[in-house]
Amino acid sequence: MTSVLYDAPGPKAKRRNLIFSVVFFVLLALVLWWVWQVLDDKGQLEWSLWKPFTTADAWTTYLLPGLADTLKAASLAMVIALPLGAVLGIARMSDHRWVRVPAGAVVEFFRAIPVLLLMLFANEFFARSTGVSSADRPLYAVVTGLVLYNASVLAEVVRAGILALPKGQSEAAQAIGLRKSQTMSSILLPQAVTVMLPAIVSQLVVIVKDTALGGVMLGFTELLNSRGTLAANYANVIPSFIVVAVIFIVLNFILTSFASWLEGRLRRSKRGTGAVLGVEDVDDLNAAEVGGTHGAGAEK
Amino acid sequence: MFDFLSDYDDPSLLGAFWVTVQLTVFSAIGSLIWGTLLAAMRVSPVPLMRGFGTAYVNIVRNIPLTVIIVFTSLGLADIFGVTMGAPDDFELKYFRLAVLGLVAYTAAFVCEAIRSGINTVPVGQAEAARALGLSFSQVLRLVVLPQAFRSVIGPLANVLIALTKNTTVAATIGVAEAALLMKEMIENEAQTLLIGAVFAFGFVVLTLPTGLILNWLSKRLAVKR
Repeated sequence: MTSVLYDAPGPKAKRRNLIFSVVFFVLLALVLWWVWQVLDDKGQLEWSLWKPFTTADAWTTYLLPGLADTLKAASLAMVIALPLGAVLGIARMSDHRWVRVPAGAVVEFFRAIPVLLLMLFANEFFARSTGVSSADRPLYAVVTGLVLYNASVLAEVVRAGILALPKGQSEAAQAIGLRKSQTMSSILLPQAVTVMLPAIVSQLVVIVKDTALGGVMLGFTELLNSRGTLAANYANVIPSFIVVAVIFIVLNFILTSFASWLEGRLRRSKRGTGAVLGVEDVDDLNAAEVGGTHGAGAEK
Repeated sequence: MFDFLSDYDDPSLLGAFWVTVQLTVFSAIGSLIWGTLLAAMRVSPVPLMRGFGTAYVNIVRNIPLTVIIVFTSLGLADIFGVTMGAPDDFELKYFRLAVLGLVAYTAAFVCEAIRSGINTVPVGQAEAARALGLSFSQVLRLVVLPQAFRSVIGPLANVLIALTKNTTVAATIGVAEAALLMKEMIENEAQTLLIGAVFAFGFVVLTLPTGLILNWLSKRLAVKR
């Protein structure tokens, strides 16, 4: 294993690398040993605390319903935010200033605000102005918050996806006499959907992670919230945290890997235009990048 | 219209936003340091460090920040007895725990930004440095990282803005920052829309200049190739 930053190790470098490895290993081992000691001391390693996870009860009563709510909120948010985002993204590229400017303002506004503020506001709004029952309210509030935020992020994804397409596509469409709306709906959008697919899947990771906020702040019964109920029942704080973290990691890892696989496939594909909006572009779109170059995907 | 604001003085509106700013600044400094170290580990010649860096980034990026922050309170503070040097001052203790959680989370994103910056430095730069006989740490410190940093100011600005918004998660462990005050106000006062607008405006004010300044800086400092 060599990299451009260092040569293939000679005898001296091999020795030095070995020393670094040993020192680093000892440091890691010390930390792990301390963690183990504390956990043992506090009785968090006792089998009785871990045993619930081997029984069906803990899963069917707490973890699986929690996970189901997490997935429900995430998928609802995605399904609602996607068309909204598409409309906003396309509106932002309109030739008419009176469409472009308001759409741009909405997108920039909601991207600049923390999603928690949107959830808190939605929760209060539903409580005061609508007849949503208090049992359903957390779900509504979480989904509303997520939709408002993610629609504006997805608007940027859509815009970047369309901008990433080769210019020849819209020029050819103009040349054969298609109207602007026809160019968008039958030439650009269908191609942009493939370009955006990896970015959309990795945005799903962001949504899944943000549902946890609603669990703590609004009492939405998602996975992290169910962990609290479970830990209150079995008094297994650390084991329950580890199990819930592992579930989140596995779920998001599957989504990220799927997105990367899609991205690689699209990049290698001979049929498409080769334009793709990658997993890493999404990280940039999630921060409010004010006045910056939004079509980052286009240059890559 | 804004009378109700005077009912809140612990913390006041400005006080709460000041806590948000402090959370952002301390976490930004911490995650920049820890993230750079992680990036250095990920490109280092020592396999164990490379493995650790990769595992850390992949694990932390996939856990919700909320889980990490809540864990600093229920896990680190309650089980491990981590007091962050303030065993009696609860406010300070939870503030520091929140900073710790934010640093642990944000560093993974800083690491990835810097690593992608390292990849933008032309191969010839590192090769020339090696030809001069510089060691790995010298190549990294003197040649590659200074160029990499200049090209990642844009991505790092995005991380910083995301961090500013993420500080609201500290509300989950009771740090008296803007989101927690908004929750309290919006539940007790009648002017829902007005309160929402005030806090939204506060965050726009915090993120807008950061984005503008750092964008200008990134264009100014970008290595022209």
